[in-house]
Amino acid sequence: MDEKNVHLDTLQDIKQMMEKSSRFISLSGLSGIGAGICALGGAFFIFRMMVSERARGADYRQLAFETGSEVQQSLLLIGGLTFIAALLVAFVFTYLRSNNTGTTIWSKSARRLLWNTMIPLLVGGIVSIRFIQWGYGGLVAPTCLLFYGLALINGSKYTLSEIRWLGFSELLLGIANLWLIGYGLMFWAFGFGVLHIIYGAMMWWKYEKQ
Amino acid sequence: MNNPIEHLNKIFDSRIRLGIMSALLVNEDVNFNDLKELIQVTDGNLASHLKTLEDNQYIKVKKGFVGRKTNTTYSVTKAGEKAFKAHLEALEQMIKKLQ
Repeated sequence: MDEKNVHLDTLQDIKQMMEKSSRFISLSGLSGIGAGICALGGAFFIFRMMVSERARGADYRQLAFETGSEVQQSLLLIGGLTFIAALLVAFVFTYLRSNNTGTTIWSKSARRLLWNTMIPLLVGGIVSIRFIQWGYGGLVAPTCLLFYGLALINGSKYTLSEIRWLGFSELLLGIANLWLIGYGLMFWAFGFGVLHIIYGAMMWWKYEKQ
Repeated sequence: MNNPIEHLNKIFDSRIRLGIMSALLVNEDVNFNDLKELIQVTDGNLASHLKTLEDNQYIKVKKGFVGRKTNTTYSVTKAGEKAFKAHLEALEQMIKKLQ
């Protein structure tokens, strides 16, 4: 019986080493929570703009979708800033965690993860830009959710595999949003804000709580 | 396989060598520092185990440069992959036998 346990331990070791060496496991749950809070912050600013536009009698939705309108430019600016802030916050928490666990953040697995999530994200970005240029602003919100979902699913092979489920959730939201054009802000706030916070909290609870 | 214990590879007795092989099997190549971090061993210890695996032609060594720093990467050979898989199979057989 004892001997059997030794062999089972050995197999367990091998499995762990294979996982550890091929995945980037320093990704911190706090990164998810931080990125989610940034997204909610961005959504709040957009919400405020929407309220003030409506207060002065403007058709907010039409302005938001109108290529080149001031409202749309503000939207793009807030969206871009939110994205950068979320990325920075996510990076900081993951950097801190990798320092704590004594692993480098710029490892081969990290590069692989980054590369595999960047491809769908870049394509999604290009598609969104073309939609805006052609006056299909309403499709930008679902496009972002859809490509982000695909990016996460693609990246899940190279990091904590649970991120897959976050990816599928973003896909579902993106698809639902395709039929509810004009409610992008709500879908964004939920997909990029709430879901990130839930996912981050779950990962933190599972892997980092001491 | 009458006596699976014969098929257990002595070279893989060491946890460190087992760790090296596991990491190399799922990656095209891994450099010295990454291995050190993964397995959490000292330079000298890791180097000597790598040498054993290299002497048995289970792994290949490639010396290169990143900037001015040397960057030595390791990858598994066909023979190494075969030996490791045989070892895993032997382990599996042993566990089955003991059930």
